Order: sequence, then structure tokens, then C-alpha cells
Amino acid sequence: MSDHVAIVGIGSTPLRTLSPDQSYREMVFAAAARAYADAGVTHRDIDSFISVAEDLHEGTSITDEYTPDQLGAVLRPVQTVAGDGLQGVATAFMLIRSGIADLVAVEAHCKSSNILRHEAVLEMAFDPLYERPLQVYPHYVAGLEMRRFLHETGTTEEAVAQVVVKNRRNALGNQAAAFGAMLAADDVLASDPLCEPLRALEISAYADGAVVLVLGSAEAARRAPRPVWLRGVGWISGSPWLGTRPWGAASYAAAAAEKAYAMAGVTDPANEIRFAEIDDTYAYKELQHMEAARLAPRGGAGRMTLAGETGRGGALPVNPSGGSLGMGYCFDATALYRTAEAVRQIRGEAGRQQVRGATLGLVLSWRGVPTQTGGALVLAAA
Amino acid sequence: MRATEAPLLGKPRRRVAVVGAGMSLFVRRALETGKELSYYAASQALETAGVKRREIEAVVMVTAPDAFDGVHMKGEWLLDGAGGAGKPYMRTYVGGGSGVFGLISGWTLVASGLFDLVLVIGEEKMSSCQPHPQGAFLTIFDHTIERPLGPNLLWIFALEQHRYMATYGIRNEDIALVSVKNKRNALDHPAAQVAANLTVNDVLASEVVAWPVHRLMVSPVSDGAAALVLASETVARRLTDKPVWIQGVGWSLDTSYWGNRDLAYPRYVEAAARMAYAMAGVTEPRKQIHIAEPYDPFAYKELHHLEGLLLADKGQAPEDLAQGRFERTGPLPVCPSGGLMGVGNPIAAAGVMKVCELFWQLRGEAGRRQVPGKPERGVAQAWGDLMQIGTVAVLGIH
Repeated sequence: MSDHVAIVGIGSTPLRTLSPDQSYREMVFAAAARAYADAGVTHRDIDSFISVAEDLHEGTSITDEYTPDQLGAVLRPVQTVAGDGLQGVATAFMLIRSGIADLVAVEAHCKSSNILRHEAVLEMAFDPLYERPLQVYPHYVAGLEMRRFLHETGTTEEAVAQVVVKNRRNALGNQAAAFGAMLAADDVLASDPLCEPLRALEISAYADGAVVLVLGSAEAARRAPRPVWLRGVGWISGSPWLGTRPWGAASYAAAAAEKAYAMAGVTDPANEIRFAEIDDTYAYKELQHMEAARLAPRGGAGRMTLAGETGRGGALPVNPSGGSLGMGYCFDATALYRTAEAVRQIRGEAGRQQVRGATLGLVLSWRGVPTQTGGALVLAAA
Repeated sequence: MRATEAPLLGKPRRRVAVVGAGMSLFVRRALETGKELSYYAASQALETAGVKRREIEAVVMVTAPDAFDGVHMKGEWLLDGAGGAGKPYMRTYVGGGSGVFGLISGWTLVASGLFDLVLVIGEEKMSSCQPHPQGAFLTIFDHTIERPLGPNLLWIFALEQHRYMATYGIRNEDIALVSVKNKRNALDHPAAQVAANLTVNDVLASEVVAWPVHRLMVSPVSDGAAALVLASETVARRLTDKPVWIQGVGWSLDTSYWGNRDLAYPRYVEAAARMAYAMAGVTEPRKQIHIAEPYDPFAYKELHHLEGLLLADKGQAPEDLAQGRFERTGPLPVCPSGGLMGVGNPIAAAGVMKVCELFWQLRGEAGRRQVPGKPERGVAQAWGDLMQIGTVAVLGIH
């Protein structure tokens, strides 16, 4: 038996700012039905199911109780990963590699419109004794980190604004995206300085949606119409403390990407990786994460962006989907949406967003403030 | 429907062993933080295994609702106490079944070939939830259909116990015997919280919390942590002469709509058990399983779960118990640790504690709790969610 694992099915609902017409269970059902159809299987063929969710996002404790029915997984091996979407993908990957499962489904969803103020939820992620008394506003942590990143790398605020311009324009071609727009860098720089130097338009806005991926063994992939190979997987958590982490560089992203590259046999990512779907929860994060993943030299990601090299037609397209800035930020489902977008690119099914020669792609995720947890996947056509 | 048929999952490619176990005291109100409890249990497990923290390649954390601590992304918060900082770290979650599922997750990491040495930690600090963790449990119910009724966990488990009793004609005296046995077994456990020498009458004389459940039929509110070190076959053989092999794992999640189910029988436990038994090559569990640690947060659950694990006939577990079959010195010792009823119930940690007990028993290191006759194979099981998930692991010395 081969060790190879492929993504054999993808399904999602379009990301939208509001979804009063559908419950999260209905959205998950729709995404699952599409993913199973895309893989050419039914729910009965799936050996194991993984749901990625956090209680406080759901407003329900032990939220994994409410996963099986809409996935077609009643009385089957179902588990929840209270983590990043890519940790869910990694779990599916490992279940298949262990030999006990041929097909595994990974689900995540986001009903952010049900949450009055997500920042208030994030405030509960800070250490209750040492950090919460400081009344840290979550975006302020990002503002501090952005300041440090700009300082250490000499990246300009214009380059960060250009990330927003690029991603929201890319999103115009993506039917699943909620925030496609034609903006100028000046529009971004003129938006409210929320936590200086971080501006309002440099923060991804929330969106609702559900996404399901189906992973399969080499054997299962042979039966699948359009498999895309998962060549490398990595995930890492850095320090949970705000006070004891490197602020300028995303060390977790570097470590996660290196693990995925090592597994995939990628030694020179800047030249081998043909396109990337990279976390851009905050616009500067795209640049910081590109450098961490060795897609740009230290301090070089901003220059590449200003030169248009990360555009859809550039040498290294980054977030041709529109990223979180263009598609919408959907908690831990974000990474699964972006993985689905990477799969569409490699299949050549990305329509107006299609990049040329998309044979080897990187997906890089981050769990957001205040974590230092990130994941990486290397996806390949063959 | 594949419900309770043999599962179609394949054979694992690698063998995985438990090489170390450790746990903190299970107590009512620990002064230590969750991070500190995790650190303590992990240190003990690492010491038993003869492994340094830096040698650990990945860490799995299991811990129940974030609402207990009021901390969002609780796994991220606990990660440095667990020794996960700078490493691949993962929190998996199946509610109350998370403890045994932690072992299954760790097994997945090693069986995949990605890692050779993995630390699994179960942590729970229920005392942070004031005035009582039952308040947090109010938020587990369906927001539209059930929550408006203001349900309480004790009520729904009382419903289930009542259904179990009514279906098979079981008396509350038969169920009280579980409390008596487990609390007595726990007298020999150095980490136990509610060990006691009681009689059936003592249990039935305790206050009714939700009929037919009496206070002494419910496990306590607990703080604690437990940890395991898992290794691939090559590494395990290098570390110890007495590896305890994970022979089979199984898990199964039933429908969320528990009101539509027959509560008399935990079919999800059976599905999980069949998956684990098939993997372990166990065809006659009553002969091949020598020791059992089923999940016993309520007294009736031990009996209910023994039936789901196919270790007793449906409705017959109470009679087997009355005849002494499940005593520590009986033909099938059940919860020789003292279980959740005796050692305590820091939810995710309690499930890990059950695996720790099998590790010690199978290595002959359980001290005064040691069951006679050199047991070679045991089963640990946990349960949770809306009476909905079964997690099962079969461990053995071969």
C-alpha cells in the first residue's frame, strides 16, 4: 500500500456576511453533499469524519454533539479537532496513512453573523490572570505585531495596503467570495487607523459559510475523478504567551512550512512553489507569512507585492482566491476554504482566478490572535 | 445500515505502545492551574517512560468544555503546561469521551508514521466554574429545541437510568452496588478523591438528586490531569521491556437527536467496541478481555457500558455484578482503579486515568489494586456528548 494521500472532493457554500435563511447545520449539509458528489462517493463510503470547531464560536458547549447528522455520519467514527482547519486535514491525512481509513471527510463552518462581537470572544482567549486584566483588544495585538514587522523588515505601509488592493480585486472573480472590490492603495491608507499602524481595511471581515473536504488513500484516489495530491503536511504551535514570542517574524509559520516542505521534498520553495494560499487575516500577515515560508527573502515580500509579482499573472501568485481579505474570514474554516481554492487551481477549475502552471501550491494557515498556531500543506497535481 | 455490524476499516500498518503513564491527584479544588496540573501529569508520565520532554515529537491535549474555565481556545492556552510549545500540538475533542479519545488521537499520530514519540495529556479543572459546572452544562443542549426547557445533565441521565431500569426490570439496589464496589476499590488508589467503604443502604440513603439517581451514584466535580507517553514499535522496544500495546481503537458518534433514540442500550458503544475488537483480533471479548475500565460517571453507566462492550448480556450486567463477577478478584475485574465513582471525574483526565490503570495493571505495577492472574488484555472506554459517543481502546502485553 502506498503512503500517498489525495484530496478527492471539495464542497462549500459561498461565503456571505449574513445567512439568515440557513442554519449552520443546513450549510454543512449543503457543503458535504457537494463534496461527496465532487469525489464521486456517498456518505456511506466515507470511513471517518472530522469536524473542526471551537465551543465559544458556536455558543454551544461540547459542540461536537451536533456534527454527525448533517454529515451523514451517524454511528460512525466522528471526531472534533478544536484547532485550525489544517490540523483537521492533518488528522485525516494521518488516519489514512495509519491504514485504517480510505476516505475521510473534514468539515468546518462559520456562523459569525450569530456572534454579536467576535472580539469579545477573542478577549476570552487571553490568559485570565496575566493578560486579561490589561484589557487587551485583540486587533491591538495585531497592530503591535505589524509595527514590529514593518520596523524589522523595512516594509512600507503602502506595500501592506497593496495586499488589500490585490486580494479584494482577485476576489471579484471568485463566486464564493464576499468582499470583492476595486480599491486603490490610497483608499486603504485613508481608512480608519484602528490600532496604528493597522487600518480598518487591512483587517479581514467576517463571513458565514461551510466547507467540506474529502481525503482519500492512493487507492481511493484512483477511483476519484480529479484527485489532487497532498505531498506535505505540517503544523506547529509557538508560545501561548504574548510576552514570550518573537513579534517580527512568524516563527510558527516557518516551522510548519518547513515540516510540510521536508515531507514534500521541496528544498527551494521560492522557485518550486507555483502559487500560494496564505493566511491574510490581517494584510501584513500575508507578507510576514510569505517570508516565513521562504517564498520571499526577509523584507522582500512587500517589494514583490508592490512590483505585482504576487498578482494573479505574476511570477508567484499569492491568494488568487482573494484570500481572507477578499473572501471573508471564517474562523477555523478559513484554511479549509483556502485549501479548496488551491485544489481548484491545481485542477485548472479556478475560472477567472486561474493562474498559469498551477502544479504545486502551498496553503499556510494561522489561528489568529492570540495564538501562535499555524499549519501548512503542499498540494501537487501529480 | 452499518450501525452495529463489523466496521469496514482497514488494518493499521504500524504498532503503537504505551510506554509511560502519570497522573495528578484528583481533587475537589486544586490550587494548581490547568497548566500546572498538565505539567505535573506529563512530567510523571515522561519520568516513567525515561523520556525527556525535548524528545517528545508531538503533543495531544484533551480537555472538555471551554466554558468550565471561561477560556476561548482552551487547548491553545494549556499548551505550554502540556509541553506543546514549539511542537506539533493538537487538541481533539469528543466531549466526555475525550479521555480515551486522547489515546486514540495519539495512536493516530504514531500509527501514521509521522511521529515516533508522542505525549497525550488529559486535563480538567471543573472547579473554576462557579457556582457549579452544571451551569456550563446548560449550554450543551440544542439552542432551539432543548435549551428553552432548562435541562440539566442529571435529569437526562436520570431519564436514561430510568429507561434502563424499566426495560430490564432492574432495581436501584442493583445499581447502587456499582458505587459500593468502585468507591471501595478506590481506597487503594493514591490519587483518589472520593474513596469510601459504603453499603448499598448508604448509597440509597443519600439524597435523591434526580430520581432514580442518588447523590452517591454520581461522580464528583473534580480537578486533575493524567498523561501517557506513546511510542512506535522500534522506539518502545528501546525504551522498555514491558510495552503495553494498543491493539485496537474504536469510536462512534450517534445522532444528535437523542430524544429519538432508545436509551436502554448504548449502541454507539457497541459500534466503537466492534471496531476496536476487530482491529485487536478479539472475537470473544468475554474470554479474551481480562480487565475492563468502562466509563462510570454515574453508577448505572458502568453496567450500561459493560453491555455495550459486549462483556455482559443486555440487561444482565446488574446480576453479574451482584454475583461478584466484576470484583477486583472476580472473573472480570471492572474498574479496579475505583473508576470515576471512586477516583474522581475530571472529565477528559478521567478517561486518560482509565488507560493509565490498564497500563499499570497489565505491567503488574498496580500495587494494592493489582488484579490477580496476570491479565494480558484490557479494555478502556469513555462516553460523552448527548449520551452519544463511545470511545474504546484495547490494550495488551502482546
